[in-house]
Amino acid sequence: MATNSIAAGSDKVYQAMADEIKARNLKFQLTKTGSMGLDSMEPLVEFVVPNKPKLSFAKVTAEKVPALLDQVINLHLDTETPFYRVDEQENILTGEKTFYCTGKVPRILRDIPLIDAIPYYAKQVKIATRNCGIIDPENLEEYVARGGYFALYKTLTEMSPDGIIEEVIASGLRGRGGGGFSTGWKWRSCRDAEGTVKYVICNGDEGDPGAYMDRSVMEGDPHSVIEGMIIGAYAIGATQGYIYVRNEYPLAVANLTKALAKARDAGLLGKNIFGSGFSFDIRISKGAGAFVCGESTALIASMEGKAGEPRAKYTHTVEHGLWDRPTNINNVETWTNVPVIMARGADWFSSIGTKTSSGTKVFSLVGKVNNIGLVEVAMGTTIREIVHDIGGGVPQGKTFKAVQTGGPSGGCIPGSLIDLPVGFEELGEAGSMMGSGGMIVMDDTTCMVDIAKYFLDFLAKESCGKCTPCRDGVRRMRDILEDICNGHGEEGDVELLKGMSEAMIDGSHCALGGSAPNPVLSTLRYFQDEYEAHILDKKCPAGVCKALIHFHVVADKCTGCVKCKKVCPTRAIQGNRKEVHEIDQTLCIQCRACYEVCAFDAIIIE
Amino acid sequence: MVNLVIDGKNIQAKKGTTLLAVARENGIDIPTLCSHESVENSGACRLCVVEITKGKTKKIVTSCLYKAEDGLMVETGNERVLKVRKFVMQLLMARCPTSGVIRDLAVKMGVVPEPRFKPNEDGKKCIMCRLCVQVCEHVVGVSALGFAFRGTDKALGTPFREPSSVCIGCGSCAYICPTQQIVMTSTEDTRSICGRTFKMRACSVCGRYFAPEDQLAFISEKTGVSVEDLSVCVSCR
Ligand SMILES: Cc1cc2nc3c(=O)[nH]c(=O)nc-3n(C[C@H](O)[C@H](O)[C@H](O)COP(=O)(O)O)c2cc1C
Ligand code: SF4
Ligand code: SF4
Ligand code: SF4
Ligand code: SF4
Ligand code: FES
Repeated sequence: MATNSIAAGSDKVYQAMADEIKARNLKFQLTKTGSMGLDSMEPLVEFVVPNKPKLSFAKVTAEKVPALLDQVINLHLDTETPFYRVDEQENILTGEKTFYCTGKVPRILRDIPLIDAIPYYAKQVKIATRNCGIIDPENLEEYVARGGYFALYKTLTEMSPDGIIEEVIASGLRGRGGGGFSTGWKWRSCRDAEGTVKYVICNGDEGDPGAYMDRSVMEGDPHSVIEGMIIGAYAIGATQGYIYVRNEYPLAVANLTKALAKARDAGLLGKNIFGSGFSFDIRISKGAGAFVCGESTALIASMEGKAGEPRAKYTHTVEHGLWDRPTNINNVETWTNVPVIMARGADWFSSIGTKTSSGTKVFSLVGKVNNIGLVEVAMGTTIREIVHDIGGGVPQGKTFKAVQTGGPSGGCIPGSLIDLPVGFEELGEAGSMMGSGGMIVMDDTTCMVDIAKYFLDFLAKESCGKCTPCRDGVRRMRDILEDICNGHGEEGDVELLKGMSEAMIDGSHCALGGSAPNPVLSTLRYFQDEYEAHILDKKCPAGVCKALIHFHVVADKCTGCVKCKKVCPTRAIQGNRKEVHEIDQTLCIQCRACYEVCAFDAIIIE
Repeated sequence: MVNLVIDGKNIQAKKGTTLLAVARENGIDIPTLCSHESVENSGACRLCVVEITKGKTKKIVTSCLYKAEDGLMVETGNERVLKVRKFVMQLLMARCPTSGVIRDLAVKMGVVPEPRFKPNEDGKKCIMCRLCVQVCEHVVGVSALGFAFRGTDKALGTPFREPSSVCIGCGSCAYICPTQQIVMTSTEDTRSICGRTFKMRACSVCGRYFAPEDQLAFISEKTGVSVEDLSVCVSCR
């Protein structure tokens, strides 16, 4: 179970299931898995009956458990319809298929959609999240049964460190933590760096608000991270590894801790792994969970027990990293890709994705979209496919306005670029970035100035506060945006914001300050008219900024149903039943309640 | 030795020297606020930026940290550089409008306040240069000062909130503070700094009060020399 499904009540379902199985004395094996990604369908319960399709039920509650068991045992489906069925499943590590259904699909199940017919899953390609929701993360055997640690065995016994690095370079794998730097070349530099003691670090800080792809992998498939790190360490010549996880991820810490212990017991960590002469171990390092601590030099400072501030040196961590020793840091998702590359080869991996961005990327799809959850797609998949096909589009018939990618310091990509393929270059050229994979969908009720203000506010608080342009500059920028939203914008603000952005990008010490203007620059690039409407006309076109909007009753449409009058918290609405109502602007606090409740669209925002 | 070009001038410099030092040795002025010869540079203020060209790439770096390299082309006052410096100064002017040091430097640089940055009203003059923190930790060896919080709320720690129990009243922080945020006041036999008042020790020879008791105790503990032996002022030694 992952944090997102527990939030939906999966632990209660698990308990109810365990109790019921015990009470009925059933010979069922009950296991917890990570998340399949689709939050709105959690808790998800899958039933594996020998030789029959695997069945998955969505939104299960503890109350439904007895009936659900009856149905599965007797294979009748009167009350609960399965969400999907799985007849066969490809194992991405081996390329082989597991057949759940060996004979014919029972008649009663034929109409149940196959998992690949569910739009949410159909367009996904799962490499990094290959085991999430499928195996019990606490069970090493299940990981191995899915092909786990075979890549490690192969690399340690058959490949030279240089050969591994060549393969990773050839695969085109680029860091999934934000920068998109070639993983293989980074390993190369660290291998070549002088020093006998070297470290590898897994960056599991994941400070972007709302993003949880790394958490999901650490919780749902910890061995995949560990296996990737051991391979990387062998290639680089590191003897010690660290996984940096924030304290706010207790389940990730717990699952990683157990997985490390099991790997150690099995001889996968420690001295002379697989008799190769290579020794390596991994420890967990817990962080206080600051956004800036995800930045590699701040992360190292934090691990060394110093303040989590980016380091002020023009040297590279691959040469002078943790305790001044050569250190290779990669993101969680980067590490999980490694075993698959080693198992299937660079050619196979680079055949997925685009020329410059190979493989897949996990995104956390949130905001104004029907299917909220984690999605893993091949690079090059378009935003349209992600938002519409996988995400099920924007709810309530609203219009797709923009998608914000790249975390708080990413940018907004407008609806007009909906056919943009996602890739490092493509997103960068559009004024945003890949970042760690946050994707926030926005509809036409989103004000782009308000959004920019929201992100700048986050960054102003999360800046480490060391250097002037970022510490004070982000704050001043936020203040100006706040002014604009409050109707105090001044002519020239747009030019000022652009100028400040340039100076901040150039002058900041680390990439936090260097990318902090992105939310402003990208919204200015595509939605400058919205800024101008706020500044010059004192209007918020999206109807969001309270100081700039008024609620009015359209006389022709109002039926005098008194619904609005009833919900208004300030009694700003007057009018008798069946008569046109009116809003007293001096009393209205712009709470939107009347607007939401009116069934006749008689209330408008201006 | 390395060869580089600064503002069109061919310059030879010792390897490992910072661009700031090289520039200054050659009479090129670069403004700084957080650099001081007694402590390691931190790169916090970002005033000393210059533009470097390395092969095909140009980038802005802080001259107080970046070391001279062979073949480097450096520009210390082009438009891009001045833009960053102006921004830094405008931010600092709005941060500490009462600081004469900042105002004078701005005037010297020809930078006027940005009217859209509303000046802070807390009356503080701290520009977060961290010189005090560094001198206290690395030169004095006490670590009485530090930063608390992060982001906009980041503030210089302990001394401004609660009197520090480890401060020895040496006054180094007040001496190094570029904006006089840290103030030291004295009477004949006391000295007040960082929220505490220290008793001074009189010189056993001339009787003049010359150093805080706590500081002498600290030095005594560190060096093993007795406090009595330390109780002679510099002029009488
Ligand atoms: C402000 C800031 C926050 C960052 N946060 C993270 C993070 O949470 N996780 C992460 O893997 N990388 C983060 N990074 C990127 C790291 O500095 C680093 O590039 C990355 O971990 C390297 O791994 P990769 O090459 O596998 O991407 C952040 C960078 C910055 C500037
Ligand atoms: S850019 Fe921001 S986060 Fe980075 S060092 Fe400067 S103040 Fe800290
Ligand atoms: S927006 Fe809220 S306060 Fe204003 S009239 Fe409607 S219900 Fe009343
Ligand atoms: S006076 Fe106190 S705080 Fe200041 S440098 Fe000396 S010991 Fe540190
Ligand atoms: S108090 Fe003075 S020395 Fe200390 S950080 Fe502030 S400005 Fe710098
Ligand atoms: S003097 Fe170089 S950054 Fe402050």
